[in-house]
Amino acid sequence: MRFTAIALKEVRQLRRDRLTFGMIIGIPLMQMLLFGYAINFDVRGLSAGILDEANTSASRALVADLQATGVLHITEHVRSSAELSREIRAGRISIGVHIPPDFERRRLQTDRAAAQIIVDGSEPSLENLARGLMTMPLPARAGVYAPDARLFEVRTEFNPEKRTAVQIVPALIGVILSMTMMLFTAVAIVRERERGNLELLITTPVSSFELMLGKLIPYIFIGLIQTTLVLGLGAILFDVPIQGSLATLYLAALIFIAATLALGLLISTLAQTQMQAFQMSIVVLLPSILLSGFVFPFEGMPRVVQYLAQALPLTHFVDLIRGVALRGAGLAELKVPLVKLLVFTAVIIAAVTLRFRKRLD
Amino acid sequence: MSADTGDPVISARGLTKVFGKNRAVDHVDLDIPAAHIYGFLGPNGSGKSTTLRMLCGLLRPTSGEVTVLGHSVPRDAERLRMKIGYMTQRFSLWEDLTVVENLDFMSRIFGLDAERRRTRIDALLRQYRLTEMANQRAGTLSGGQKQRLALAAAILHEPELLLLDEPTSAVDPQNRRDFWESLFDLAAAGTTILVSTHYMDEAERCHGVAILDRGRLVAEGSPRSLMDSIGATVVEIEAPEPRAARHALDDQAVVKSVAQLGTRLHALLDPSVPDAVARVQELLRAKNIDARVEIVRASLEDVFVAATGFNVDRTAAA
Repeated sequence: MRFTAIALKEVRQLRRDRLTFGMIIGIPLMQMLLFGYAINFDVRGLSAGILDEANTSASRALVADLQATGVLHITEHVRSSAELSREIRAGRISIGVHIPPDFERRRLQTDRAAAQIIVDGSEPSLENLARGLMTMPLPARAGVYAPDARLFEVRTEFNPEKRTAVQIVPALIGVILSMTMMLFTAVAIVRERERGNLELLITTPVSSFELMLGKLIPYIFIGLIQTTLVLGLGAILFDVPIQGSLATLYLAALIFIAATLALGLLISTLAQTQMQAFQMSIVVLLPSILLSGFVFPFEGMPRVVQYLAQALPLTHFVDLIRGVALRGAGLAELKVPLVKLLVFTAVIIAAVTLRFRKRLD
Repeated sequence: MSADTGDPVISARGLTKVFGKNRAVDHVDLDIPAAHIYGFLGPNGSGKSTTLRMLCGLLRPTSGEVTVLGHSVPRDAERLRMKIGYMTQRFSLWEDLTVVENLDFMSRIFGLDAERRRTRIDALLRQYRLTEMANQRAGTLSGGQKQRLALAAAILHEPELLLLDEPTSAVDPQNRRDFWESLFDLAAAGTTILVSTHYMDEAERCHGVAILDRGRLVAEGSPRSLMDSIGATVVEIEAPEPRAARHALDDQAVVKSVAQLGTRLHALLDPSVPDAVARVQELLRAKNIDARVEIVRASLEDVFVAATGFNVDRTAAA
C-alpha cells in the first residue's frame, strides 16, 4: 500500500511543521470569532443620525422603536438633510433616518414610503443591512401605523439579529474548509517540486494516483476536525442549532473536503512555484466566498454568474449545510447538491491524475 | 574488470533531446555492459543530466531509441522503476524527516515488506556509517552524510541499475574517495552504475567513459584506451616563466591547445607534426624562452581537452 506510505510521511512532516499545525486550529478559531462576532456587531449598534422634520408623537415613537431594536445606535439629531449627508460623508454615522414633515400623511398612504433611510453607498454591506431595517419588526400600536403602510410592515416572527448569525456560521464551515484545505494541498506538490523531492519520487514505482491519494487522506481527517471545531464553537458561542442529522452533515462535509482538496491538488499540478499556487488559490477562493451564497443571496445574481457559481464546490456545500443545519433536510432532499459535489470531486481527481505525469517535461 | 557478457544493460541509438532551439542531446549512441561503472564526463550544459533523465524515463527523447534492462524507454519506464535507483544532483530526500524516517519511507514506496525493511535499513545504516544520526533530521546532516543517506535510499531495493547525477558535487575529497569505494563494492556485486561527473579523477576511476560536449558524444571508451588513442601529441613544457611560454604558443596553428598545470604546461599538437619537441622549442626560442620540453603520455584531462577544447577554441576565435 504505497499511498499509506505517502500519508504516513505527510503526517510526520505535518507534525513537525508547527506553523501549519497551528493554522489547522488557528484559522477556524480566528475566522469563527471574526465572522461570527463582526457580523453580529454590524447588525447591532450601527451609529445613526436622525432628522425628524415631523416631530409628532408618531415620529418620536418610531425613533424610540428604532433605538429599542438595538440595531441602530442613535448618536446624532440633525436639523437638515444637508447636515445628515455631511455626517454620513464624514463617516460619523453610517445610517441616516429622514422623517419628512408630511410623515403623518405619508404613513397612511400605501403608495409612498413614510420615511427614508439614507445609507453610505460606498459600503455594500451597509446597504444590505438597510434593507434588513426596512423589514424590521416594529411592534404595532393601535393607531400609530396603518396596517398596510409601506416601509414598516410588521413581521413579528422574524428576528434579523439571530438570522444573520445562524445563516453565517454553518456556511462558515465551508469557507474555512475552502481556505485551509485548498491552501494545504495547493502547496503540497509544488513544495516537493521546489525542494527537488519530486524528481526523486517520480523515479520510484509510486503511481500518480497513489501519490495523490496519500496526500489527500491526512487532510481529510484534518478537515473533519475543523468541521467539528466550527460546529462546536457555533453551538457554544452563537447558539447555532443543527436541525438535521449529524451523520448527514458529516457526509456532506466529507464530500466537500474531498472536492476542495482535489481542487487544491489540481492547482498544485498547474503551479510551478508555491507563490503561483497561493495566487491561484486566491483566484478560486474569492469567487467562492462571494458567489456561493455565503454572503449574498444566490438568487439575486445574474444568470451567467449563477452558472459560474455552479462550478464552485462551496456553492453546493452552502446549499447542503444550510439544508441540514437550518432546515433539517435529510439525504433524500439533498440528493441534487450531493450528487453535484460528488461529480465535481470525481472530475477533479481524474483531471489531477491525468495532469500529473511522472516526467519532468 | 567484469566481463562483457550478454546484452548491454543500456543501449541507445540516435538519442536526441531538443528544448526549444537548443539541442541538449544530439544523436548519442550508447552501449553499456552489466556491472560496469560508466561515467558521463562533460562541462555544465553538455547534456549529461538530460541524457541520464532520458535513460530513466524522466524526460521523453525528441527522437531515438532507448532500451534499459530489456525495457523500451520511455514506453515501459514504469516497469523499470523497481529495477533502478536514481540519485539526483541535488539532495532530494525530505530534510524535515529523520534519517530512519526517510529510509523507511523510501523502502515502503519500493514495496519492501516489514522484515526486509528492517534488515535493509539496519544494514545500510551500518554500512554507510549513519547509525549514530539515525534519528537526526536529514536537513541537519553534513554534505557527506547527506550523500551517503541518498545513496542508501537509492539502493534500498537492491536495484540492478544505479543512476547517479553528479553525486559528489557537494562533498569533500575524503568523502568522495569513500563514496567511490562504495560504488566499486556495488559494481562488484553486479550493479551497473551510470554516473555523471565533471571531475577528471572520478572519470578516470570508471570502467568506461563517454565525453559529452554540447549534447554530442565526442569520445567514448575506457579511460586507458582514450588516453592511448588521443588524436594529438601531448608535449610537457617546464619553463621558468610559464605564462610567457604560454603566450608564445598561443595562436600557433600547430598548437591546438595549451593548459597550465602548476609550473608546467601541457600543449596538444597536431599529430601530423613530425618532430613535436623540436617544433615547440623552436617556437619558444623565437620569444627567447629557454624551456625543458618532452613528449608525455596523455592524461584524461588532455583527452577531454582534445575532445572538447578544440571546438571551444575555434568558436572563440571565430
